[in-house]
Amino acid sequence: MTNFRASTLQRARWIIWSVFALTLLLAPLVFSGNLGITILCQIGIAIIACLSYNILLGQGGMLSFGHAVYSGLGAFVAMHALNAFTGGKPSALLVMLLPLVGGLAGLFFAVLLGYVTTKKSGTTFAMITLGIGELVFAMSLMVPEFFGGEGGISGNRMTEPLLGITFGPQRQVYYLIAVYTFLSVVTMYAFTRTPLGRMLNAVRDNPERVEFVGYNAQRIRYMAFIVAGFFAGISGGLAALNFEIVTAEVVGAARSGSYLLFTFLGGATFFFGPIIGAVLMVLAFVLFSELTKAWLLYLGLIFMFMVMYAPGGIASLIMMNVRVAAYGRLRGLLPQYLLLAVTALIALLGLSALTEMVYHRQLDGATGATLNFLGMALDDGNATHWLSALAVAVLGVGLFEWVRRGFAQRWHVVQEYVEQQELKKREHAV
Amino acid sequence: MEFFVISMLNGLSYGLLLFMLSSGLTLIFSMMGVLNFAHASFYMLGAYLGYSISRVTGFWAALVLAPLVVGLLGALFERLCLRRVHRFGHVPELLITFGLSYVILELVQLIWGRLALDFKPPELLQGPAITLIKSSATGLSVVWGAAAPELCRAADAAVRVACSPFPATRAFMMLTAVVMLISVWLLLTRTRIGLVIQAALTHPESVESLGHNVPAVFMLVFGAGSALAGLAGVIGGSTFLTEPAMAATVGSIIFVVVVVGGMGSLAGAFLASVLIGVIQTFAVAFDWSLGVLAEQLGIALSPALQGSSLFKLTVSQVAPILPYLFLVLMLIFRPKGLLGSREG
Repeated sequence: MTNFRASTLQRARWIIWSVFALTLLLAPLVFSGNLGITILCQIGIAIIACLSYNILLGQGGMLSFGHAVYSGLGAFVAMHALNAFTGGKPSALLVMLLPLVGGLAGLFFAVLLGYVTTKKSGTTFAMITLGIGELVFAMSLMVPEFFGGEGGISGNRMTEPLLGITFGPQRQVYYLIAVYTFLSVVTMYAFTRTPLGRMLNAVRDNPERVEFVGYNAQRIRYMAFIVAGFFAGISGGLAALNFEIVTAEVVGAARSGSYLLFTFLGGATFFFGPIIGAVLMVLAFVLFSELTKAWLLYLGLIFMFMVMYAPGGIASLIMMNVRVAAYGRLRGLLPQYLLLAVTALIALLGLSALTEMVYHRQLDGATGATLNFLGMALDDGNATHWLSALAVAVLGVGLFEWVRRGFAQRWHVVQEYVEQQELKKREHAV
Repeated sequence: MEFFVISMLNGLSYGLLLFMLSSGLTLIFSMMGVLNFAHASFYMLGAYLGYSISRVTGFWAALVLAPLVVGLLGALFERLCLRRVHRFGHVPELLITFGLSYVILELVQLIWGRLALDFKPPELLQGPAITLIKSSATGLSVVWGAAAPELCRAADAAVRVACSPFPATRAFMMLTAVVMLISVWLLLTRTRIGLVIQAALTHPESVESLGHNVPAVFMLVFGAGSALAGLAGVIGGSTFLTEPAMAATVGSIIFVVVVVGGMGSLAGAFLASVLIGVIQTFAVAFDWSLGVLAEQLGIALSPALQGSSLFKLTVSQVAPILPYLFLVLMLIFRPKGLLGSREG
């Protein structure tokens, strides 16, 4: 029984990693436009950053408000390293190793600052990371030699050709990022399987018992912090190469906040959650922010709803349904899901039309009274438009709530069934 | 001397404003274990609501009404959102207040726009509260309100006279903070509800089994803490700037205050607020740098070092990071904070 399970698990693992590698390899062929490649590059970088953040949040239970310090300082050091070699053109090999320089810088600063930070856990830890984040950001404007002041520092990644690689075209940079992303994800997954990774989980769940077993909880947190700093630095080094400019905002509180937001949205309780979060982060920053001015409001509201109703993030929602599907009960829920989706869409349509109209009235009054909302021309001076948007919103919310109640009952029944089956299975195994 | 007195008063008033904020934060933290990340957002909300209400009713009514509205909103948030995540543990609690800080910032920008508002204190508070007059002939003297112009002018060319005013808004800030401090202290130690709150801090289960409604007490404390932040907001907003960035500027400082003072210690928060307020105010006034120091000590610096920004950096430029440096030093040498009792 256990042997069979182990071997299927092993096989599933191989399949998942191969699919991941193939996705990284083939993605630029599918999204081959300029925008597509740009987004893919940023997604790769964000995946490393969010996963490294999740070593702290998900695996160590350490809520950090200053993770951008390590990715940002990694980016600055990598950029300085790149510029140190621009007497001639840098060699391609150097550029390939540059993210590692960033990683080592992240590691160095994590060793330095993490010593103070990890002295405490829980809420105090969160406050200290916030303070250190502010400290580094304030320093960035005081020491222009290193941080480049307001304008930041820029560099040129173009190299002498090596086997046709110059890192001029974005596609070549993408593949460099993809290789680093794959290796980093594999290493970080492996880290969760090491004794240190396991003890880190123990420190998160019950630090007192860890101390009784004879480990030093503070030292475990410190070591995990250093590992997280290293990977954050790698993502910073890649970002420096990708954008060819590093400004002070990469160490800022807003960046740290978005790591936290999206890692949590993706799901901190599963290893792959932050990957979803990273994809969402880039899409939100690049596409969503173009679409609407109110995107930070939407983001904040979605985040609050997630914390209240699904604290495991999107990953936990997926895994719950995977479990239901494994017992063959997902099909019965599908019509309900469809209804939920339709009513949610109506509610969203109404609510976002209202929000957009309010935003338009407040912020773009000068551009005329009408705004374009999904192809419709809404007039913020027209009472009928306001009323109809309101009616759609109320109708949508009402219908959604009605469907949700029915769904909740159904879901409860299904969960009970699944749990019973699992119990039976376990008894069987014994 | 008059420089010292005025800076001291300015520092004290700023420190007391910080204490108005950190006291609410500390009360909420020690009671519910929640570090309210949106506390500074309530401060901002207080300033904006105070501005809007004062345009209808005047400043003094707004000073009372705006904190009440903010307190109500805070209680509502506790009831609808925070209580729901309470069972998930402290990290989700912190996260939901983090999300709230985003939402409040966006809503404030949506309702009042992205530019700074013209939120002026009332007539009564616009002049100086006291004026220090320093005369080389008669020494230092103090006058209430603005000094008459002839007092600041020397009758004799040989006598030097300098007047330094201390703004009435800052004096009012100090007064409010002190009144607030005393009334909170009296409320906590002398009234029945205060005793219940104190008991609920340490033994919530016992208090509940004695028949008190502890969740309602939590809601009350959260609302009261938010109201205090709102009060600080009305005063801070009219004294300094009412702008969307005001929450971020003061937010991280009050967290430093709470950690430096010792998590959950009201007296510690008071000490740390005043200390940080005074240090920051004094630091802004000095333009000493390492380069100047080296010159004074007679150490010759190489031209490269003289040109480097590290040696040209003055104390006043470093002032914004002093609280954070203070935090780091405190954690290295006294991890539980100035007056804290718990390690954690």
